[in-house]
Amino acid sequence: MNYEAVIGLEIHVQLATKSKIFSGASTAYGAEPNTQACAVDVALPGVLPVLNKEAVHMATKFGLAIDAEVAHRSVFARKNYFYPDLPKGYQISQFELPIVGKGHIDIELEDGETKRIGVTRAHLEEDAGKSLHEDFAGMTGIDLNRAGTPLLEVVSEPDMRSAAEAVAYMKKLHSLVRYLEICDGNMQEGSFRCDANVSVRPRGQQEFGTRAEIKNINSFRFVERAINHEIERQIDLIEDGGEVVQETRLYDANKDETRSMRSKEEANDYRYFPDPDLLPVVIDDKYLDEVRGELPELPDQKKQRYMDEFDLSAYDAGVLTGSRELADYFETVAAKTGDAKLSANWVTGELAARLNKEEVEITDSKVSAEEYAGLISRIKDNTISGKIAKEVFDAMWNGEGSADEVIESKGLKQITDTGAIEAMVDEVIANNPEQFEQLKGGKDKLMGFFVGQVMKASKGKANPAQVNELMRKKLNS
Amino acid sequence: MSDYHEKTLAELSTLLQTGEVSSSALTEYFLSRIKQQDAELNSFITIAEDQAMAEAAEADERLKSGNTSALTGIPIAHKDIFCTRGIKTSCGSRMLDNFISPYDATVVNNFKQAGVITLGKTNMDEFAMGSSNETSFYGAVKNPWDTKRVPGGSSGGSAAAVAARLAPAATGTDTGGSIRQPAALCGITGLKPTYGRVSRYGMIAFASSLDQGGPMAQTAEDCALMLNAMAGFDEKDSTSIEKEVPDYTADLNHSVNGLRIGLPSQYFDEGLDDNVKAVIQTAIDQYRDMGAEIVDIELPNTSLSVPVYYVVAPAECSANLSRFDGVRYGYRCEDPKDLYDLYTRSRGEGFGAEVKRRIMVGTYALSAGYYDAYYLKAQQLRHLISDDFKKAFESVDVIMGPASPSTAFNIGEKAEDPISMYLSDIYTIAVNLAGVPGMSVPVGFVDGNPVGLQIIGNYFEESRLLNVAHQYQQQTDWHRQIPDSFK
Repeated sequence: MNYEAVIGLEIHVQLATKSKIFSGASTAYGAEPNTQACAVDVALPGVLPVLNKEAVHMATKFGLAIDAEVAHRSVFARKNYFYPDLPKGYQISQFELPIVGKGHIDIELEDGETKRIGVTRAHLEEDAGKSLHEDFAGMTGIDLNRAGTPLLEVVSEPDMRSAAEAVAYMKKLHSLVRYLEICDGNMQEGSFRCDANVSVRPRGQQEFGTRAEIKNINSFRFVERAINHEIERQIDLIEDGGEVVQETRLYDANKDETRSMRSKEEANDYRYFPDPDLLPVVIDDKYLDEVRGELPELPDQKKQRYMDEFDLSAYDAGVLTGSRELADYFETVAAKTGDAKLSANWVTGELAARLNKEEVEITDSKVSAEEYAGLISRIKDNTISGKIAKEVFDAMWNGEGSADEVIESKGLKQITDTGAIEAMVDEVIANNPEQFEQLKGGKDKLMGFFVGQVMKASKGKANPAQVNELMRKKLNS
Repeated sequence: MSDYHEKTLAELSTLLQTGEVSSSALTEYFLSRIKQQDAELNSFITIAEDQAMAEAAEADERLKSGNTSALTGIPIAHKDIFCTRGIKTSCGSRMLDNFISPYDATVVNNFKQAGVITLGKTNMDEFAMGSSNETSFYGAVKNPWDTKRVPGGSSGGSAAAVAARLAPAATGTDTGGSIRQPAALCGITGLKPTYGRVSRYGMIAFASSLDQGGPMAQTAEDCALMLNAMAGFDEKDSTSIEKEVPDYTADLNHSVNGLRIGLPSQYFDEGLDDNVKAVIQTAIDQYRDMGAEIVDIELPNTSLSVPVYYVVAPAECSANLSRFDGVRYGYRCEDPKDLYDLYTRSRGEGFGAEVKRRIMVGTYALSAGYYDAYYLKAQQLRHLISDDFKKAFESVDVIMGPASPSTAFNIGEKAEDPISMYLSDIYTIAVNLAGVPGMSVPVGFVDGNPVGLQIIGNYFEESRLLNVAHQYQQQTDWHRQIPDSFK
């Protein structure tokens, strides 16, 4: 049978506030255990939470950016369960009345089509601490530095139909929160975490299948693998006459498998109720207008502008606007070179490939936008060919200097002197008389051979267009 | 031997300001009274002698330098629900028997800023859950008027200590009557302010939407002086209200001529002891004689208040008390074999029966499938109860009635009968559900046991309540009575 997957994601976005959502303690990552946990975070008797306004501000920005309704009144609720790294015995979250209501995020599919993914809601909540199971023989250590860190949990509709779509959605959301500067997006440090709800159904069937929730998948690659694995597991199960049970599963990246954590029957009754220590969050239209005024140009708007203004393809514009940092890089290069299209080709081509290969973020690129613009300018003014430019770029990446310095020191300047090129053409023809006769006789394929030989003789420095032109002239003479 | 214990807080303030007594002498005097006479009452859990004497020495410096408030140098006691830095803060529970708070509650800090000395921490029902002070891990408190009887609860230690003049005044908290009922049963004056008037920061939470701290003292004037220090917006408490704090002593001398007093028929029903009713009636007659107008009113939803309270308060407490898990502080069971064992035995052994009962009731009320029927319904009914008061205050200035349906009952009498115990708060609970302020003022005795008149005001009308109580106290001396064995 032919199956279709149905996927919804719950993504925890750690908000980049300086202090915690309900206390004044710092949210900085990596401090000594329990040095960033104040009386409120430790849940001493008698302490009370006070809402961090900046967390509300960031959630509001997000809501407006996904075209969602930002609630005029939202309510914090207590989610009750016992766990050693949950100091109060309840998590302050939002339940019935979240701050962000229905919105949407558009993703680009592999075939270039755009697909709209619904966002059901996004709510504010506090993170728990960490349980440390190593280093304490037979015991568990508790680090409450993370306790109380603000999270925005973004819940999607079950609108995705493949792991690739899920990854595209996750990447788009990741890019969006970085555009909005509400999250540092650092997945290794857990600033952007994903749970996936996955089910399968025979293609054409309307009802959803029973879903499994895969917890805490913390990289784009793992999301794709975990979901694909889970889809396969469920299909195999059904094909073998079994039934998918509603449960929570944990993805093990080392073994590349998901395994059951707890079933529906074991699920907690969280006994949500409005937190009497906190007042409802009231947001008026004036505040919404203010925040709307602060929104930066968002990825979709930027992409459209690149297409309109720079005449870029949807694909290139999409790649360049994939992150705010990459877009900023590109815009600097384009402004300096005065050639957006050429700049786009080189940013999405050589640079992107290098970053990818070296697993380096654009912000850590060893060639700055200004330096890269220097290289592209030399292509544009015919000082070097594209092929030579790649060699120059390698040298620049390795810290051998600016484009001009590398071209100079390596003598890579393109040969545009017609006389010099013609001499090389003549020499190549003289060395390959038989092939030249065949070319003359109509074997056009050999043209490439001759151009190649000349380029080789010039060590790549000859202008290929000139070589072509001279060869043609020789044939016709 | 001096007679400082016969003085009101206001009188002691004058003695301090004029230099007739030092704070050190006064503090020593009350510490020694506590040490000599509290064995009979069990009203203190902790006596903070060293800290108190150090604070008194500082206060004396302040008194010399002139940098003072009316309260500088006055020693008081804090209910053991308020966190006090460096002093055990047990909340009457085995769970916190080993807990020394690393910080001061806002109320405690406010008093420190004013130069007030902390004599010690008073006994209370465990986590403020009780109406008799019998649920304390530290044993029952005895009523100084008759030590076979309860002092009321949950602020029973504070009430008994003030009634026996072991402290000139004390703090209390009131979730369903925990200031007013013990004040009534011990013959002292107690005020529960409007919800949000006094910061809850550092006051160990029982039921967050109902808890409110307030003063317990001999007179309305003393309560006014205390409230001046206690009240105010606190940025650490989101439910505290950003509203200017008046000088609560300013209106004390206003006349009550023309005051409209509402008597709700529901507060004088068959559940009220006839003798108590007669004493209350006499007090109301006295107000009439002073020129007040007595109006019969209705608070039709009063009967709902006990059931609503016993859903809302346990629900909130079930979550509030989850932090006591044996992990970070407080009681931890011996040799837990795993996490589940750590939780269940620490909580099972650390909490007493009444606390467990309420946690279980609250957990049940919030459970999936029951939430709508209990918690949500209770919150809806709570609005009806508030509306009763709003409507009543359209036609009257204050509401009066008994603070308790009877005088103090015997220790052990109701301990095994929670329903009968819960009903002893029938006249006080609605005030917490609505959030309005209420007082209890001593207005006489039945067979040697004090009776308290409850005065209820509109939101933020503490000044009026204190004025109304003060005017009565200008004409009577019930508030100056001291039990024989503590004279």
